[in-house]
Amino acid sequence: MKKPVWLTPANTVLGLLLLWAGWYLFDWAILNAVFRPDAAACHALEGTGACWGVVAEKYRVIFFGRYPVDAQWRPLLATLLMLGLLVASTRLRRRQLLILWGIGLPLFIFLLKGGLLGLENVDTPRWGGLPLTLILTVFGLAGAFPLAVLLALGRNGRLPVVRTLCTVFIELVRGVPMVAVLFMAAFLFPLFMPKGWEFPSLLRVLVAITLFAGAYMAEVIRGGLLAVPKGQAEAAQALGLSYWQVQLTVILPQALRNVLPALMNSAIALFKDTSLVIIVGLFELTGALGLAVDGDPKWRAFALDGYLFIALIYWIGCFTLSRYSRSLESKAA
Amino acid sequence: MKTALIAVVAIASALSFVPAHAGKTADAIRERGQLACGVSTGVAGFSAADSRGEWRGMDVDFCRALAAAVLKDPARVRWSPLTSQQRFTALQSGEIDILSRNTTWTLGRDAGQGLVYAGYMFIDGQGFLVHKRSGVSSAKQLNGAEICVQTGTTTEKNLAEFARAHHLKFKTLMFENLRAVLKAFFSGRCQAFTADASALASIRANDSGKPEGYVVLPDRISEEPLGPVVRRGDEDWFALVRWTLFALLEAEERGITQANVDEMRKSDDPAVQRLLGVSEDVGKPLGLDKEWVYRMLKAVGNYGELFERNVGPNSLLQLPRGINALPRDGGVMYSPPLR
Amino acid sequence: MRWRNWGLQFLIVGAVLLALYGLATVVAAKMRGLGVEPGFGFLWQRAGFDIGDTQIAFDASHSYGRAFLVGLLNTVSVAAVAIVASLLLGGALGLGQLARNRLLARLCEAYVELFRNVPLLLQVLIVYVLLIGRLPLPHEAWSLGPDIWLSKSGLALPWPAFTDAGLILERPLLGRFTFSGGAMLTPEFLAVAAALTLFTAAYIAEVVRGSVQAVSQRQTEAALALGLNDMQTLRFVVVPQALRSMIPPLANQLLNLIKNSSLAVAVGYPDLVAVADTTLNQSGHAVECIAIIMAVYLTLSLITAALMGSWHGRLLRQQGGHA
Repeated sequence: MKKPVWLTPANTVLGLLLLWAGWYLFDWAILNAVFRPDAAACHALEGTGACWGVVAEKYRVIFFGRYPVDAQWRPLLATLLMLGLLVASTRLRRRQLLILWGIGLPLFIFLLKGGLLGLENVDTPRWGGLPLTLILTVFGLAGAFPLAVLLALGRNGRLPVVRTLCTVFIELVRGVPMVAVLFMAAFLFPLFMPKGWEFPSLLRVLVAITLFAGAYMAEVIRGGLLAVPKGQAEAAQALGLSYWQVQLTVILPQALRNVLPALMNSAIALFKDTSLVIIVGLFELTGALGLAVDGDPKWRAFALDGYLFIALIYWIGCFTLSRYSRSLESKAA
Repeated sequence: MKTALIAVVAIASALSFVPAHAGKTADAIRERGQLACGVSTGVAGFSAADSRGEWRGMDVDFCRALAAAVLKDPARVRWSPLTSQQRFTALQSGEIDILSRNTTWTLGRDAGQGLVYAGYMFIDGQGFLVHKRSGVSSAKQLNGAEICVQTGTTTEKNLAEFARAHHLKFKTLMFENLRAVLKAFFSGRCQAFTADASALASIRANDSGKPEGYVVLPDRISEEPLGPVVRRGDEDWFALVRWTLFALLEAEERGITQANVDEMRKSDDPAVQRLLGVSEDVGKPLGLDKEWVYRMLKAVGNYGELFERNVGPNSLLQLPRGINALPRDGGVMYSPPLR
Repeated sequence: MRWRNWGLQFLIVGAVLLALYGLATVVAAKMRGLGVEPGFGFLWQRAGFDIGDTQIAFDASHSYGRAFLVGLLNTVSVAAVAIVASLLLGGALGLGQLARNRLLARLCEAYVELFRNVPLLLQVLIVYVLLIGRLPLPHEAWSLGPDIWLSKSGLALPWPAFTDAGLILERPLLGRFTFSGGAMLTPEFLAVAAALTLFTAAYIAEVVRGSVQAVSQRQTEAALALGLNDMQTLRFVVVPQALRSMIPPLANQLLNLIKNSSLAVAVGYPDLVAVADTTLNQSGHAVECIAIIMAVYLTLSLITAALMGSWHGRLLRQQGGHA
């Protein structure tokens, strides 16, 4: 029998190493792991197994932050609603989508905020965990996209003043880290407001995220605009369409189709960047784990296991999104 | 000419019926129907939310007293938990009406940032928490140690000054929030943790998991008078807050408690009668009605009860009354007369 | 038509200037009303706080300005270490994905998919918690070599220092609590550097892979036909051409790395952002501190972009080819 091509010495060694590592990981994460919320059992492990019990014990704070415990069915429902909307968006047509989102988004906010129809009012500082991550991502994107379109059109436009202003804004925002923009939201925005105008922290952070993501997406869209052949604009103008009609109905759709994968990447990047809001005191998924575990002497030692669990959640989210993006890419090709 | 004179008199008499203006902040509070009270994100004994989301603590009780005085209902408070980074900007920008957040009273804060302290709530001191296994018994033995602090507080400055005064060299590790500090200290990253002694006592009791393994060193390297803060520029609101604090002290001085306040209304003591609004109206100059102290005491009790309930020897923190007592008991908590 | 455009632009400029002026006035008035005089004079004031992890001597008696310098040096040092490490790791992973050995290629792909899809902050926190949780106390430090110690206080290394005896190699010595002397790479520094490296390497791997794959298949075949082996083909034919198309996206990744180093504030590493945060809270000069942060990062971005741009230009001129 001939030796298979792939059975080289290097492969064998590598393969054995992989098997050993895989077995060790399986042993640690599943076989020896503690799944019950039992701190004593976790301590008894002494590192030979994962303590998933920390998730079992603290899942309420991890997933919902400081939301009042007896009302937590509301953020749960809201999260499922949002996830359902996202999945539905991959399949439905534009008109149905608009209606769905038009109803879905306000319903989402209503579920979280309450205040009417017998639902107790819960103010934004108490929102946290997974619903907060979703809010920041979805509403951030919803705000960033139109801003990005305007900026890209402005930067590519005919008026030199508008071009310069848009360029300055884009380059300024892209040149600084997201942390700096979040600091602006936390420390500067309150100074800009006349006294007595109070904006909840969540709103300020959303504005900051929108500005930040908008600048990055503007560059992506601009690339798409540049890739549209010049003839398109000229032909449309020859047909008698005004500047805005040309842009909206002819140029933009093509530009966006060109850069859809890159836009998806921007969306995925935004999803990951929402974890930074812990720095300004908002407890989305990453921050909520710190909230749950760091202050609790019984479970503090198992923060690592908690972080790994959350990393898994993010990984599933990002990976799904990027797979979807790739499938879009191949469909378009 | 006569018409003008009549008009002037009419206007003057009309104006005299307007109650003493309690200031923009008080007006805004009444309009909003809620007192916006800035508290901490969780410091046991001062402002912390229990497992049901109810706020408890000395600073919390003070805001309740204020609400009882101004809005007639101690429950009408909107709690804003703030990090040490956000606390002053929140007050400066108008997001909150009062910062009741175990905040240290210093010159730089009272005179450089558009804010003003309304009185002493609790006089604390900065200390050190160490692992018992280190064998350290005094802060002066910490030369060369890695010391964890939380940023945005006076703690860093006090530590630096202590080091210079005693020719010690520390490696200071600064963290954004208290939880990060706890994580670092209890994992052994740093050998000592410096903060106000009251905070250290509560951390040792609650957050260590093993109080016997940790020691709060006896050194107090600073005076940390904690007190409520309001914005500069609204003298009426400042006076209101200040005298609320004094009223709580005066009530303890006069022996009025949450339990006996109804009975004390029938007292013969003129000072008690003034305080509870039976004889005079001491609330009028502050823009309040005459039952303001009565409502406050009914809601939270006098200063002594506030102390006992939240940080006293029988509470979780087990702090001695010490310097926070009335002058007749050896402390410095003095109240000018309410009249 | 012309004059309408000019009028419109004039109006826009006017509106923007008016808005900026209005904003500046409101903020300045608010700051003055709070007793804080807007301006950068505070940079010469005494800082009043210590910084534990510094490249230059710093204590509470130094100025805020010097504190910012310390923060800047910390940012630059962690970024520099991470840039070198991530270029090496990313380059290896990128080429590894194209290796003949399918298992190796799959492994490199798996690495990229794993580290790209987890937020950087989470990676920093995980590494940090691992380090301070699992490393031993300084008294029980692991010895990784002569005078090299690894403990919760960090990685202690011998480092050249100026003393009375001239320039010597200073060894880290264990005192009552921790090591002093030599260089100490704190767990905060290590966590930020490691996470930045692991995360950015995944992106660099993709850039390298894309560029190398784009080098025309024919080039590789021609090289092999000429008798060059795999390594030589790589070294003399593929990589030089790939470099040309690689540099702009690489520059982008390095710029991202520099900006991402600002996450240091989450684990207590005193980089520029962390120091600015402390200064902001101590001095009340929020606007100025944030302006400094932005100016510094913009400058760092410009410098890196310029350096990469000139390297790119030089490469193009050397090879005389099209971009």
